[in-house]
Amino acid sequence: MVTEPVRFGTIAPSGGTRLNAIVTVVGNDKVGIIANVSAFLAERSINIEDISQTVLSGNFVMMMMVDLSGSSRPLAAVKDELNELGNTLDVSISVMHERVFSAMHRI
Amino acid sequence: MLFSAHEIKETVDMFLRHRLDIRAITLGVSLLDCAAATGPATRERIREKLLRVAGPLVSVGEAIETEYGVPIINKRVSVTPIALVAASARENDLSPYATLLDDIATELGVDFVGGFSALVEKGYAEADRRLIESIPEALSTTERVCASINLASTKCGINMDAVRQMGAVIKDSAQRTASRDGIACAKLVVFCNAPQDNPFMAGAFHGPGEAESALNVGVSGPGVVKAALESYRGAGFDEVAEAIKKTAFKITRMGQLVGSEAARRLGVPFGILDLSLAPTPEVGDSVARILEELGLEAAGTHGSTAALALLTDMVKKGGVMASTHVGGLSGAFIPVSEDEGMVAAVRSGALSLDKLEAMTCVCSVGLDMVAIPGDASESTISAIIADEMAIGMVNNKTTAVRIIPVPGKAAGEWAEFGGLLGGAPVLPIHPFSSDSFVARGGRIPAPIHSFRN
Repeated sequence: MVTEPVRFGTIAPSGGTRLNAIVTVVGNDKVGIIANVSAFLAERSINIEDISQTVLSGNFVMMMMVDLSGSSRPLAAVKDELNELGNTLDVSISVMHERVFSAMHRI
Repeated sequence: MLFSAHEIKETVDMFLRHRLDIRAITLGVSLLDCAAATGPATRERIREKLLRVAGPLVSVGEAIETEYGVPIINKRVSVTPIALVAASARENDLSPYATLLDDIATELGVDFVGGFSALVEKGYAEADRRLIESIPEALSTTERVCASINLASTKCGINMDAVRQMGAVIKDSAQRTASRDGIACAKLVVFCNAPQDNPFMAGAFHGPGEAESALNVGVSGPGVVKAALESYRGAGFDEVAEAIKKTAFKITRMGQLVGSEAARRLGVPFGILDLSLAPTPEVGDSVARILEELGLEAAGTHGSTAALALLTDMVKKGGVMASTHVGGLSGAFIPVSEDEGMVAAVRSGALSLDKLEAMTCVCSVGLDMVAIPGDASESTISAIIADEMAIGMVNNKTTAVRIIPVPGKAAGEWAEFGGLLGGAPVLPIHPFSSDSFVARGGRIPAPIHSFRN
């Protein structure tokens, strides 16, 4: 669990260079969403550091904090493939840098 | 989780549902050191410098888009007003500079280069006059070059000789691009109190008081503000004002993040963040619809000026704390053709040119992307400009005019400019003459409150 924002390109306390992103999955709840997305990330050596899910205004929302620095695929490709996965599962998946959320919600 | 579900959903929705984006990252580059004894030598220096300094702009922008998940719609370059750079070579026709900038824009892959400009608020230098005379040729033969002329300021008054000349220049530019509804005029803006660090086109240039180079960022997001206000239907203005301010703060923080990261990667200083609400023709990206969300049946009806004043001020207040340096135009834009809600308001008869002019007293720019009948006389166009310059001069604010006399079209007909420039119905103008007023020439003196020393 990451307890404070880690800046892109800096050395994280654990040692490696982190590229933290937040993966958000929004859509109708159904069996296997978490399993599918987790498997997708694992196949690409993307570590899930934190995960939570909830229902907001009728939508299933799953959020994952991931570390992309060990990813076996380039970021652009990961995003494209996640989009495809989202289409298959009929949910919308977005990947945004953690710093965008920090900027907006933490002073 | 570091962020609550609500926070994450709010941010993701801003981008995915409400079209939040970085409208432009604009790299300002000083060309003052490019002035040489001849035109070709000057232009060679410009080419070398821009390709060197701005070379990585597009790739850096695209890399940030991918890493951050934030769309950056336009990557642009602004340069020192060309009249200053071209002066020493003493050429008569300055349009070759526009051709050069157009070629460089293509080579760099940037959307626009701004700075085919002159600052003549108090008077013309020789090169200023030649640059203005070259505008119709420059803008009708290029695609990605934008021109801007500062005609007035609170400190200096209004250069009415230049105002008169711009009426003719606008008319000529429109005629030369008649087959495309006068699109050359969409790339030409005249200012009062022009900001020297504006990242938005058509008015971007890198002012002579600026550093060697700087990265300026324009954030948009009218859709986000409208969406935020949907939860405040029926609430008092105090609550509404607070909601706009908070939203503007969040949007601006995101812009500051992306802008400073882009500046760092380009190795140039971060200049300013312009936190304007800039609409696009897309549904859900409209400033007019925010005014309507505030309780007006259509933008342009009574109450629109007050609504826009509130919006502009709260955007500024929310944004100022979120950025190290706020600049440019910062507020709310009300271009007609670029805003789906404004177009609808014109169509329904709710929005007239006169009401638009009133609204420019409280918006952040001025009469923007307004199509008028092609048979409007040069002096009428000059008089429209003079009115707008007076509003800026007296109110210590930036005002601008980007107006298109659409060749061969009359009030009510549709003018199409394409892409982000959109299209709009031609607005009617007053039929009464301003000839003798504009023919006087000279300078309208600065207002009494400009003497603050």
